[in-house]
Amino acid sequence: MIIVIAEQQHGKLNRASWEAVAAAQAMGGEVKIVVAGADVRAVADELAAATVTEVLALQHAALGTYTPDGFVQALAACLEAEAPELVVLPHTYQTRDFAPMLASRLDRALVTDCTAVKDHEGSRAFSRPMFQGKVAADVVLGGPAPHFVTFQIGAWRADAVRKGGSPSPVRVVDAAVDPAAIRQKPEEPFREAKGAVDLSQADRIVSVGRGIKSEEHIALARQLAEALGAEIAASRPICDAGWLPMERQIGSSGQTVAPKLYLALGISGAIQHVVGMKGSKTIVAINKDAEAPIFEVADYGIVGDLFEVVPAMIAALKA
Amino acid sequence: MKIAVCVKQVVTREWQVRISDDRTWVRDADASFELNEPDAYALEESLRLREQHGGEVVVVSAGPARATQVLREALARGADRAIHVQGDHFAAADAATTAEALAAAVRDEQFDLVLTGLQSDDQGFAQVGVVLAEKLGVPHSTIIMEVQVQDGALRVKRELEGGWFQWIGMPLPAVLTIQSGINQLRYATLKGIMAAKKKEIRAVPATPPAEARQRIVAIYVPEKSKQTQLIEGTPAEAAATLVRVLRDDARVL
Repeated sequence: MIIVIAEQQHGKLNRASWEAVAAAQAMGGEVKIVVAGADVRAVADELAAATVTEVLALQHAALGTYTPDGFVQALAACLEAEAPELVVLPHTYQTRDFAPMLASRLDRALVTDCTAVKDHEGSRAFSRPMFQGKVAADVVLGGPAPHFVTFQIGAWRADAVRKGGSPSPVRVVDAAVDPAAIRQKPEEPFREAKGAVDLSQADRIVSVGRGIKSEEHIALARQLAEALGAEIAASRPICDAGWLPMERQIGSSGQTVAPKLYLALGISGAIQHVVGMKGSKTIVAINKDAEAPIFEVADYGIVGDLFEVVPAMIAALKA
Repeated sequence: MKIAVCVKQVVTREWQVRISDDRTWVRDADASFELNEPDAYALEESLRLREQHGGEVVVVSAGPARATQVLREALARGADRAIHVQGDHFAAADAATTAEALAAAVRDEQFDLVLTGLQSDDQGFAQVGVVLAEKLGVPHSTIIMEVQVQDGALRVKRELEGGWFQWIGMPLPAVLTIQSGINQLRYATLKGIMAAKKKEIRAVPATPPAEARQRIVAIYVPEKSKQTQLIEGTPAEAAATLVRVLRDDARVL
């Protein structure tokens, strides 16, 4: 039996949970979904639309706000009772915060950030990126069950979840949690002061990566953006360096965009960036490294020096 | 404060990956190596905490003999001493193996705080820091963008997805995984490089690792999810062609 650990916050289901359910269903066999929180009956009912054996609402007052200590206690006890062969999670920031602790506490293997499942001589092999996405590795897990796997956001389609005519059964489970053993004291989530720009509404985006080399060259990207009628954006390292403000960052820790045109200048295409832009209609990559992973998602590519290509593009647009 | 910073030596980002003949690892004999970038931010954060609160910064790495390079680099940037758990198997080890070796190296030293990067640029597990905390029996938090120490306790700013953040309090000792961009990195000065030569790097032999729980059965260049139309020619020709296809074929201008 496979258990999917779904993610919710204040009663709102994280969409990536559906992708994890789709992955578990695709692997075949019996599937159960566990969702933890203080009062998650409504979220469990929502998840029960999926064709699964049952949905477990794992509840305790101390799980109202996420903490790794609280969730690991509750989930470890639940998994020991259910004894699945495999545990599937979406590779969200929250999963990254608790799943390694959960697998370690149960002394079980965990493989993270996977994109596919294959057969390797009768065992499941999980494919995952390595070396910044330049290569992929197929990994087989060892040791006793359950094994743990997290799937990259977007690796599976949420709309591929099999749903039946009638809802799957929901069971409310009282979680075993000792609130005194929760060491983290979380405060309310907040957003930093936002700029006026909402990049998700932009038709065209020129996005800058490490290949721009220095702050003074941002001006060149701005000129191209102006000639294209585009907004300017960047990958994380550029915003970390302060060359463009944080609110213009595209990727898992920034904005997710899907413009008509996304032009990536000197962006290698690390997965943390690609998840924020791969839904764009037309993707153009200009990069001197022909092996850069950005070319895997690009519709059009120029392998070359952006400091030569971009001025020529500006000239061609003005011609 | 006594702070440990766990760092990894990784191949440089520019390295063109070469796959080994048995197609289960990479051929990195010709590669150049560097300090894993998120670990560099963890080191910088520890140096800033020492400047504010006093104490000691000890840099720790589990890696083959060549990992001395990044320990020396960390000492040159200002760490006080280093511990090197030596073992060739760490280059391709899984997260549990690395975390166990790091835990054994730091357990008896009674650190107030252990910092490391949120993940490595090579295998990218994003697990070692969290597993290390569990093995040490101390609380943790991940993807941290600010660290405050007040009255013997921590208050840290954790990054959530989509531009959200959250402050989290916890007691010391603790383990934090640090996000790139938390601070501005300092680089080694000549004085720092000279001083590093006199600092201690204590080599610790690795205990025989438990059987690995993760086995790589194949490494390969990923298949493309899209057909990319590569535009050839001189920069001027390629630029002109690109503008034309965006206008006429893709119709996005």
